[in-house]
Formats: sequence, structure tokens, C-alpha cells
Amino acid sequence: MAQDVAIIGIGLHPFGRHDTLTGRAQGAIALRAALKDAGIGWESVGIAYGGSHDAGNADALCNDLGLTGLPFINVANGCATGGSALASAVAAIRSGSAEFAVAVGFDKHPRGAFNPHPRDWGLPDWYGETGLMLTTQFFALKTRRYMHEHGITEDALVRVAQRAFRNGALNPQAWRRREMSYAEIAESMPVNLPLRQYMFCNPAEGGAALVLCPAEVAKRYHPKPIIVKAAIVRTRHHGSFEVFSPALAAQQAPAPTVTASRAAFEQAGVGPRDIDVLQLQDTDSGSEIIHMAENGFCEHGEQERLLRDGETEIGGRLPINTDGGCLANGEPIGASGLRQVIEICTQLRQEAGARQVPGIPRLGYTHVYGAPGVSGVTILQR
Amino acid sequence: MPHPVLASPDLIRFEGDTPHLVGSRCDECGEVYFPATDSCTRCTATRMSPHDVGHRGTLWSWTIQGFLPKAPYNSGETPETFRPYGVGYVEMESGIKVESRLTVADEALLQIGMPLELTLIPYRTTGEGDESEVFTFAFRPSASA
Ligand SMILES: [Zn+2]
Repeated sequence: MAQDVAIIGIGLHPFGRHDTLTGRAQGAIALRAALKDAGIGWESVGIAYGGSHDAGNADALCNDLGLTGLPFINVANGCATGGSALASAVAAIRSGSAEFAVAVGFDKHPRGAFNPHPRDWGLPDWYGETGLMLTTQFFALKTRRYMHEHGITEDALVRVAQRAFRNGALNPQAWRRREMSYAEIAESMPVNLPLRQYMFCNPAEGGAALVLCPAEVAKRYHPKPIIVKAAIVRTRHHGSFEVFSPALAAQQAPAPTVTASRAAFEQAGVGPRDIDVLQLQDTDSGSEIIHMAENGFCEHGEQERLLRDGETEIGGRLPINTDGGCLANGEPIGASGLRQVIEICTQLRQEAGARQVPGIPRLGYTHVYGAPGVSGVTILQR
Repeated sequence: MPHPVLASPDLIRFEGDTPHLVGSRCDECGEVYFPATDSCTRCTATRMSPHDVGHRGTLWSWTIQGFLPKAPYNSGETPETFRPYGVGYVEMESGIKVESRLTVADEALLQIGMPLELTLIPYRTTGEGDESEVFTFAFRPSASA
């Protein structure tokens, strides 16, 4: 059995818009905070994995933190960049190649929707030029089909967004801290129907960092280490319904989220019912609804009832995105997956203040999904 | 009638004046692709043949593009002149679902399962003085599937 790995330091530069700071500066602030939380210096770090989508090479952080000669691996895996950095850092410690590892991400995106270039994704130019290559379209098309197949109505889409902003209002570090009424969300601008303006997250800025070490020594550095029971990344299979697909195969296959989730539960030796608090990728309301079932937390079609009954609220049986998720925090791609892990660590440490889940949460779960069909799942234990 | 200028001529073949989508089919396992590919992601084979994906299908999912896409979208519209357009996945005879623009952008007129047929729509001009229209493929409602 490989040795357990623990998170002993977390650091976040709040997401949002920070006109006077570069993306890298936000990453450096988050990384210094994580090192301080762990009580170690940068010179002790044996290996680092980091990523940024639009804010330069992550290893340029060494120019801020110090040129200690450590191996620093740049990670570029879309929305799953943070999850991939964490999975790599965990593997490095398990293999014994470092005593302390860092996973860090930061970003700073232009305003408005992302505008990917077809050739970067192995796609022909016409796909972008004729207006078919938009992530928002994909989320809408997948959501529409899912609603049709599983009897979900627009009510569920509104409730996901409403809960995200309600939780965001309780989180001093959230970007969107204003609760929104049902009508405000339900009547907001149609962006890509059935999804409307306040059902989508926005590109943003921010930084997030973790410090990890072998679990057996973790208490020397932090009184409440969080054990990484699983950190899994999976890519798509032929036939899964993915973003940037000019066509879909005749036979559908399960999403990479399904395979990543199953592998994570198997590695951790626990099941969905054991999870006390969770983070699901909510680039939009529809995605979160689909991800509830794809990660095994409910049956397909059961989501609307769970949302209506308050089961996904902070005080419910299945508290989802307690910090407001991507909807209330925005999405700096390189940092977003690590924000999820930091929120779960904060909840498991019982330091989440007004948004703390009740009782003594023992197990947490995070899930990211991104283009062109990659999912990252972690299972964390106090 | 001369055939229109297309954003990507390789995607379309004409039967008389009727446009058909052209894709590829795996020689080993029969999986159909659009646009045409050099290899099969289902069985990893590399021998593919051209395949007529057809011109009729049914609506499998849909949305309405409500804002002007950034580049590389090149319709030449501005935020002021932009007109929302429909986008859908259309299930073709082989079962493949092709992503396409729709001629309809009215949610009251779109329904999963409705029969559609392929057409060509102008979506920009060449911008070369003569301002010829450039066409792309789209699906429109049809009487039968
Ligand atoms: Zn094949």
C-alpha cells in the first residue's frame, strides 16, 4: 500500500477582478499563504506542479518565491489543470521523490466568453469561423438533451444558481456576494437557452496553492492535516458527449467524470453516501445538475427533487459548492480546481465560518471537468 | 444553377441541387465521422473511406446563440447588427449527431425529434469588393424525416 499523502497548507488569492495585480502575482500571494499555513519555507519544497491558462508559465513563480533549483512542472490541462497538478504532486510524494510538494494555479482572463482557436484543439477553422465552437453552446446543448431525457425542468437550473449566490453571500472571499431572487435568475438574459446569464460562471482572476507531505509526518506541520484518499484524472472515451465536438458518435459512452469518479471511490474505499461535503464543477447550472448524477450522488432525474427539498444546501444531506462554486467565484482556469480543494479542506478543518456545514464532516469530494473532455476527482479526509 | 461559395467545400457534396454532408467511415468497424477523419477513435484503425452522411435528420438537441461570438467567428456582424442563430445536434440516418446551425432561432418553433433537412445559408461576405456571400451548412424544418 502506497503511503498516504496529506495537505498541510492551503492558500487562496480571492477570485474576481484585480486590475492592479498580474495573474502571477495572485499565484505568488496564494503560494506564500499556503507555505505559511504549512509552516515551511519555499526552500524546503522538493517539487512543484503549477498551471495557468492565460497568465504565463507557472514556473515563473520561482522568480517571485526564490530560485531554489527545484523541479517545477508546468501543467496545462484546461479546467482540469488544478486537479492534474494535485494528482501529480500526490504521486510525487507517494513515490518518495519529495518530502514536500506544491500544487499551484493562477489565472487572469480577458472579460467575456473564452474564445478558443480551432487548431489548438485539432479542429478545422470552419468550426470556429461559422460560430459552432463555443463552450456556452456545448453546455446548453448537453443540458437541453439531459433535461429531455431525464425530465428536468428550468426550475432546477434556477435553483442551482440561486443556491450558489446564496452560499457566495456567506463567503467573505467570494467574488459574487449578492443573493439573487428566483425571478432575477429565471428572467436574466438568454445566453444559450435553456441557460441564461446568471446560470453561467464568468472567466475571472485569482490564485490557489496547496502544500503536501507524507501523512505520517503531517501533524508536525499542521494540527489538522487533510488526507488525500484519491486524486484521479481521466480523459474521454469514444462516444462521450464532449465540448468542441463537430459530431457525436451513434453510440453514447459514459463521460470522463463517470470513470474518474468510479476510480476515485474505488481508490478511497468509500462510496457517494459517505461524502459529507462536496464540490462539483458548475461552469453553469446544467453542468452541476448533470455532474450530481455522473459522480454517483443521485440517480439521473432525481436532481430536481433534491434541489427543491434543500438537500444540496449547506445544512442538507448533500451540501454542494458551499463557497458558491464557480458561479459565485468565477473561473480562473489554472486555479479553479484548487479552489475546490481548498474549500473542502476549510470545511473539513471546520473553519468555514458562516458557511460551515453542521456536524463533524469527515469526508469531502471535489470534481472538475474541462475541455476537451477531462475530469479530475479528489476524495479528502480529515 | 452554379453552386454557392462555401466556407468549407470539403464538407458538402451535391446531388443535383441537393446538398449532402460528407464524412468518413471506418473500413474496420464501420463507425461514421463528420467531418471526415484519417483515423478511427473507436477502434484505432487508420483506413477510412469517404461517406455520405446524408441530408435529412431529426433534431437531437438545440440552443439559440444569444450573443455575438468572438473571433474566430467571422460573420462580420457587430454587437448591434448581430442576430441570434439556432445551433443543434442533428441525428442522421447512421445515428451520428452532427452539430450544425439551424435556420430557426425561435424557441417556440424548435422541438427535439422534429424532422430537418440540410440547406446552405449565407453567413458572411467575402469582403473582396464584390461582396459575394459565403455559405455554410444549416438544417431547416422539413415535412418528413
Ligand atoms: Zn473503427
